[in-house]
Amino acid sequence: MSAELPARVNPIGRALSDAGVLAWRSLKRIPRTPDMLIYATIQPIMFVLLFAYVFGNAIPIPGFPGPRAYREFLMSGIFAQTMAFAVASASVGLADDMSKGLIDRFRSLPMARSGVIAGRVVGDLVFNAFVMLIMVLCGFIVGWRWHNGFGQALAAFAILLLFAFAMLWVGALIGLSVGGPEVASSAGLIWLFPLTFLSNAFVPTPQLPSALQPVAEWNPISSIVAACRHLFGNPSPFASPDGFPAQHPVWLSLIWCVAIIVVFAPLAVRKYRSATGH
Amino acid sequence: MGGLRHIQKGEVRMAAIEATGLVKTFKGRKTTVKALDGIDLDVPEGTVLGLLGPNGAGKTTTVRVLTTLMKPDAGTARVLGHDVVTEADTVRSLVGLSGQYAAVDELLTGRENLWMFGRLYRLSSQQAKQRAEELLATFDLTEAADRILKTYSGGMRRRLDLAGSLIAHPKVLFLDEPTTGLDPRSRLDLWQIIRDRVREGVTILLTTQYLEEADELADSIAVVDHGSVIARGTADELKAKVGGERIEVVVHDPGDTVRALELLTGALRIADPESTTLEEHTRRITVPAPGGSSALVDVIRTLDAADIRIADIGLRRPTLDDVFLTLTGHEAEQKESL
Repeated sequence: MSAELPARVNPIGRALSDAGVLAWRSLKRIPRTPDMLIYATIQPIMFVLLFAYVFGNAIPIPGFPGPRAYREFLMSGIFAQTMAFAVASASVGLADDMSKGLIDRFRSLPMARSGVIAGRVVGDLVFNAFVMLIMVLCGFIVGWRWHNGFGQALAAFAILLLFAFAMLWVGALIGLSVGGPEVASSAGLIWLFPLTFLSNAFVPTPQLPSALQPVAEWNPISSIVAACRHLFGNPSPFASPDGFPAQHPVWLSLIWCVAIIVVFAPLAVRKYRSATGH
Repeated sequence: MGGLRHIQKGEVRMAAIEATGLVKTFKGRKTTVKALDGIDLDVPEGTVLGLLGPNGAGKTTTVRVLTTLMKPDAGTARVLGHDVVTEADTVRSLVGLSGQYAAVDELLTGRENLWMFGRLYRLSSQQAKQRAEELLATFDLTEAADRILKTYSGGMRRRLDLAGSLIAHPKVLFLDEPTTGLDPRSRLDLWQIIRDRVREGVTILLTTQYLEEADELADSIAVVDHGSVIARGTADELKAKVGGERIEVVVHDPGDTVRALELLTGALRIADPESTTLEEHTRRITVPAPGGSSALVDVIRTLDAADIRIADIGLRRPTLDDVFLTLTGHEAEQKESL
């Protein structure tokens, strides 16, 4: 226990234990920063109200007449956008740790290299699950429902959380690459707005200019949205109903999530190894 | 390895920290900065080395290399006989690091912070709890243990940060500017904590911008500038290099400066005119005063007898600025930090 060499520990057990300790840390922090939860939910709630009651009336859903069709269509887009914005919680959190010298301290400890990011990701995932719960309640209030049973709805929520998990690794890489928490916040979000608006989240892709249609239908966010609409049994119009995204929305969403994780998780861990506090 | 051989022979103390020819270059878009330009260090076990230098001299970079946070471009370093690059994991489990910023989680309590660091040092949950209690008591933080760190004062945070670096009973401790930004009272507290560790036999490498701090705590001092060690020795040896104490006189009448300097050179039997300075515009004369306060009396008598009016006079002890000025020919003021 003193300055003797540490006992040989199974490296996977060690990584899991370290990630567990850091996840504990993140969870402890959540109730101590209630304003985080408030700000994380205000923006999507505003989007729901804005689209459901203002823009929604001007956006017809092809093949689904009626005033409630747009709200049914909208909520999966809101869910996916909210989960995509998980990027910001990871990027701001890690940039903050870095500017305060905590990353240096963790790196000087005999802990697993993946521990800090993995712990952050797990903690943020729990946080985002809370946010999603609030958004689901919000959806119920504006009239959204699922129609294919609870099992399929659960599958949709699992995909949304998997997507948040994937996006958190992107956020980790951004957070460790930029200078400070303020930059991390905008660097984490600025590219997400065009990405979500160039998707099927708020506007049915058949209404987009034909040049943008393929982009919008293969967009990773669209794939998550389409998978959710499919599993919830909500309206899900496609510009090319015979294409792969329309035929296999769930598969495409899983492929995207795995691809993002496979690319960004190793990049983030590599960045952590060379990250410097100042 | 060299260190281990020494201790087997039982002749020399084992080197707890040894560094040879450390080089580290930072490449920016337009400029490259050589943060370390061949640093050599040798800290015997159980001693305190003060790394003294201005901002940007390479002190922090040296600590980062020795604590495995950064790989050197060239050179080697060993801590307790373990290479910091190839045996980084072992080194990390043997040393403690406390940085310039109190690197603790502001939203956790003192107890939670120490428990977390204990777990990351591979203690069991129970051991980590126990160790946290011990350290909280040692550092006089038991009362504040369940408060979130946001409510701590700067001195308390620093103490908690230092406590965090002592969890695994490290034999080697790296303290990067441990008292920068602290009020005098907290600084004294922290000095005492550091002395207690030395009494326990911990080897310490401490960086500081204050000669006084190195003077108080360090067995030997290495002065660093532009990434290399420009002088080594005890505090007294370094002060002697600067030339010891000096007397500063400001004469009242601008016309008296040259005559006053001539009189003082004679009265104090100053052999080397280079060791005196004369600033015409401030009417300030500086001369070496090997005799300390008795030389002060001589100066006043001499000037008074010559009817030269004194506007101000004082005995000055050497400061870090003087050490720097003497050793490098430039002021110790450099703002950029590496």
